[in-house]
Amino acid sequence: MKNPAYIVGAFEHPTRKAETKSTAQLHAEVAYGALQDAGLTAADIDGYFCAGDAPGMGGLSMIDYMGLTKLRHYDTTESGGSSYVIHVGHAVEAIIAGKCNVALITLAGRPRAEGMQTGTAVRSAGVGVPDESFELPYGRTIATMHANVAMRHMYEFGTTSEQLAWVKVAASHHAQHNPHAMLPKVVTVEDVVNSPMVADPLHRLDCCVISDGGGALIVARPEIAKSLNRPKVGVKGWGEAYKHQNAGGIDLTYSATKFSGPMAFNKAGVKPADIKYASIYDSFTISVVVQIEDLGFCEKGQGGKFVADGNLISGVGKLPFNTDGGGLCNNHPSNRGGMTKVIEAVRQARGEAHPAVQVKNADLVLANGKGGNLGSRHGCGTVILERE
Amino acid sequence: MATMSFDRTPAAPSESPDNKVYFDGCRAGKLILGKCLDTGKLFHYPRHVSPFTLSNNVEFVEASGDGVIYSYSVARGKEPFCVAYVTLAEGPTMLTNIVECDLDALKVGQKVKVKFRATEGDGAPVPVFVLA
Repeated sequence: MKNPAYIVGAFEHPTRKAETKSTAQLHAEVAYGALQDAGLTAADIDGYFCAGDAPGMGGLSMIDYMGLTKLRHYDTTESGGSSYVIHVGHAVEAIIAGKCNVALITLAGRPRAEGMQTGTAVRSAGVGVPDESFELPYGRTIATMHANVAMRHMYEFGTTSEQLAWVKVAASHHAQHNPHAMLPKVVTVEDVVNSPMVADPLHRLDCCVISDGGGALIVARPEIAKSLNRPKVGVKGWGEAYKHQNAGGIDLTYSATKFSGPMAFNKAGVKPADIKYASIYDSFTISVVVQIEDLGFCEKGQGGKFVADGNLISGVGKLPFNTDGGGLCNNHPSNRGGMTKVIEAVRQARGEAHPAVQVKNADLVLANGKGGNLGSRHGCGTVILERE
Repeated sequence: MATMSFDRTPAAPSESPDNKVYFDGCRAGKLILGKCLDTGKLFHYPRHVSPFTLSNNVEFVEASGDGVIYSYSVARGKEPFCVAYVTLAEGPTMLTNIVECDLDALKVGQKVKVKFRATEGDGAPVPVFVLA
């Protein structure tokens, strides 16, 4: 047992539209699924991690709903969709510090059942948010803000819509093997660039799906991982970083992954070329291109060329990514894709991905999350997992 | 093909003691920037705390209203409009709308100038930009 902590349980809720389930119920169902996967019980949980999708005051209502009685560590770090990737790192640190032995991380939500227009409606983060007086009047949305990133990337580096489309094409090649995927049909570059424009230069098929569901992870200390009858997937490296508008010093060409990635690689003592599989947060196609550059899989500005021609397709390209179909084709529960990124990376490391997309000897994998808005304020988390 | 921008009315900004100087400036037809007196650096959005040093040693200065499009997007739909980042001549970049323009002819790097647009209800006007 070489690593400080292990992901011993992982579960993704199969639902994509949860009309008959509450958000709290979804949280509890994924927690139970991850415990079953690990071979542990609710009585073993002494650390709980959740983010803004958990109903109630932080996680207090979920601790109550799930009846957790042994907690001695609790963390509600909120960084949007990247929260759960960051939670993995926090759970490892808590285990190292002796604060808990078995950490549960949950995510769940039902924006689809609730009819939410996630990316194309002007949404407020609440009352008294200082930046919103300078943004909401302009009708900015998740889509137009990410589109600003894409437009600048095209301007500075010559990235094309066809290159961005390859990210979706690769995701669709993987999604065809996932019976739960919302969009299991293989698409072409032409399909993407000919789909309706949502926010120039992003087309409808450059955008992720809106789905219900959720997922959970169990992170445990080495002694416990050793006692369980599951593949040993250690957390070898982790990092988190935050980026914002920098007082008006806007630079849309990079994400906070520029900092979280090197932290994780340094901690793991490995380099990008060592990674066999990567889960990359795919709210939009441009999100993937920027993170791939920031992780060092290619030079800054070369991401468009890197993702083209099937380079992200398992069995075809150099960097197989999002083999579950990702947010672009499979699901994006609660509008937060970080959890499912870690779950598919765990499947790959265990050798339990769909046989058609399983990467051979995927003993070193990465999951990257971005939460908040790529075009303004966001947080990124990177984890590197090792199969022992 | 030309697509003229929809002449939308911006939502009223939420005003607070912290941003009063900025929106009072808008009412007077002035675009206000923050200036950190510890470092001499300008910032957007204006606030009473320096985002460089966290001190209250700030003042507010008027910008020329000239800038260039740093990046943009067009929200498509029945009422298309442009959401852009504009880099002001003084340095800081701010989120805004480019208005009264052909949305299909916009380009990064185009010169723009400020103009103030009334918002919904009794809201303060907000700065938008037109091609210079």
